[in-house]
Amino acid sequence: MEKIKVLTLADVAAGTKAKVLRVSGSGPVPKRLMEMGIVPGVWIRVVKSAPFGDPIEVRLRGYSLAMRRNEAESIEVTE
Amino acid sequence: MSFDTKENTPGTVPANGHSDTTPEARPLLIAIAGNPNAGKTTLFNALTGLRQKVANYPGVTVERKEGNWKFDPGRPAARLIDLPGLYSLDATSLDERLAREVLTGRLPGLPKPDLIIAVVDATNLERNLYLVTQLIEYNIPVVIALTMVDLAEKRDLKIDVEKLRSMLRIPVVRVRTREKTGLSEITEAVRGVILEEREADAFWIGNAGIDASQQADEIHLSLSDDEAANRQIFARYKFISDVYQASVGTFDTERANFSEKIDKILTHRFFGLLILIAILLLVFQTIFTWAALPMDLLDQGFGALGETARASMPEGILTDLVVDGIIAGVGGVLVFLPQILLLFLFISILEDTGYMARAAFLLDKLMSRVGLHGKAFLPLMSSFACAIPGIMATRTIENKRDRLATILIAPFMSCSARLPVYALMIAAFFAGQTVFGFISVGAVLMLAMYSLGIAVAIAVAFLLKKTILKSPPPPFVMELPPYRIPNLRTVIQNMLTRAWLFLKRAGTVILAISIILWALMYFPRSQAPVADESTAARVQLENSFAGRLGQTIEPVISPLGYDWKIGVAIIASFAAREVLVSTLSIIYNVGEEENEESPTLIGAIRGAHDSGGAKVWTPLTALSLMVFFVLAMQCMSTLAVVRRETNSWGWPIFMFVYMTVIAYAAAFATFQGGKLLGFS
Repeated sequence: MEKIKVLTLADVAAGTKAKVLRVSGSGPVPKRLMEMGIVPGVWIRVVKSAPFGDPIEVRLRGYSLAMRRNEAESIEVTE
Repeated sequence: MSFDTKENTPGTVPANGHSDTTPEARPLLIAIAGNPNAGKTTLFNALTGLRQKVANYPGVTVERKEGNWKFDPGRPAARLIDLPGLYSLDATSLDERLAREVLTGRLPGLPKPDLIIAVVDATNLERNLYLVTQLIEYNIPVVIALTMVDLAEKRDLKIDVEKLRSMLRIPVVRVRTREKTGLSEITEAVRGVILEEREADAFWIGNAGIDASQQADEIHLSLSDDEAANRQIFARYKFISDVYQASVGTFDTERANFSEKIDKILTHRFFGLLILIAILLLVFQTIFTWAALPMDLLDQGFGALGETARASMPEGILTDLVVDGIIAGVGGVLVFLPQILLLFLFISILEDTGYMARAAFLLDKLMSRVGLHGKAFLPLMSSFACAIPGIMATRTIENKRDRLATILIAPFMSCSARLPVYALMIAAFFAGQTVFGFISVGAVLMLAMYSLGIAVAIAVAFLLKKTILKSPPPPFVMELPPYRIPNLRTVIQNMLTRAWLFLKRAGTVILAISIILWALMYFPRSQAPVADESTAARVQLENSFAGRLGQTIEPVISPLGYDWKIGVAIIASFAAREVLVSTLSIIYNVGEEENEESPTLIGAIRGAHDSGGAKVWTPLTALSLMVFFVLAMQCMSTLAVVRRETNSWGWPIFMFVYMTVIAYAAAFATFQGGKLLGFS
């Protein structure tokens, strides 16, 4: 079986979807991301990035969420 | 729920928080909880009508909305409280922590709620249900009010309410708060739960139905807290996915919705910023033009009130205190109320439509360069009208250090109280002058003063975040709520609530300071015989404590280009900046009814000479004074609010000292530098 390619959400191009594998790190921020519904198995679409390239807007579970690239880097995904 | 709140697990808490008291002994307490933008406040308003009040939670400055709800004709009205919007009960922000305290009955003076109405946005069912799964675990009866069902149906999301009810094991009621349908059904559901004294049907979703205490202990032994907490989150979302699939079925994350289409323009890389700037300009332009007339009327009203009071009271200290101290002092600040109301109106509209989150999204990168959070944008913008509401608005910033940094720089934004000062200086020394033949010097200077405040604020924020408020880059995880047409009632209510809090906070302090300053200028009484009334006022001021203080500090302020008379005016303006204008009027003998556009005051300032015959005021003096007013912390009300918000005396004192030092240095540089360059 082909090995899945792991990227972070920050690497996902605008307009494309990715499936969450896990949120790395510990503390309040990863926890908040998970509470907002970013848990393994969920699909996220990257909508766009803000004028200066950061933060990014993503869409999941029918709503839009903004986060910095810094946070997006802790979200491991596969396309 | 995390394990540090284990005392709230079902095994250890008596069913229904009030089992030790009889339900008849006190009115029932019902809390409305839900995600931000789910429609909590609209439901709260619909249920309570006008029977509501706003207060602060003890010890913190989070607003608490409470109303009476007559849910059953045979029972006393229940106390209904509208909790701050929250995504989860484990959260870190002040608002969210507070909501948890209320729900667990740990807030002093408030019993544990008897029932929770969970407001759930049908267009965003999964994330909204996350909070519900936690509420169910809290062992308080929950009734779900499902809002925005019509919007969900437009997106082809057909929600099977019956299925939802059976899977969650709690009543689920559709409500359309704007049309006021579903209200009797929600009342019925609540009454059903209360009258049947139905016990909360708590089940431990987080640990997937296994006996809670046992499960918790086992996980506790084998896993780190983090991993245990994560497993709970996954289990809740697993449960939610099952519920969602059974009750809705379709997954609609793909279709670009209405909001996303609007955002193609409003958060566009280039146009987004242009539109933001245009909106801000429009807001400020409107505030200043619309507020002008009511401000004039208020000003005249207070003048008339003062005259009436003077005419109807016997001459003496008491009358002077009431007229010159209280009415003039408090009136001087209340005059700004129209501007503040308008600002709050626009902020409420921008928030309610969902645009405010976009503004934070657009500006976060710029703000984070200097170590600020995107959410600091709203407080800083508010501070252009008045720093007090601005500082109050910093509560949404989770990180304490980020919040402090925002509070500390907010007063650098040129507030509306500085405008009369700028206007007087420009009218007196730069009127009618142009650069390049067509741009008025006044407009350039005005813009320069606003920019100076912003530039210094940025520099200070940068320094603070590099030194005493050093912290890792703040997290930025923020929902971009769907655009909605603002609800008129909510908008007006938000505006009035904020204005009222402003009045209460500012009013008390301003009253006290007005009296103190009045006394400083009133005592000791001058006995010297004088020719006429206005000379008497001048002689009195010269010999008063304030006058003497002005003369004492003259050596300190003369390098800035000020004489002792300006010193007195500056001392007086530490109560509120605009007081400078009325104090100068008294000092220069032109009567108290003068304003910043009055030709006599302008003439008096232009013509003022010192004892040696040299002009006191030059354009350079005016510029130096404007720079001082941009940067100095001359607002006792702001300091009082900072004291409350930071719960310490240290921060307001620090703020006062550092801002005044910067102001002194900048005014010094302006005046001395200007002289070196040959200006006068």
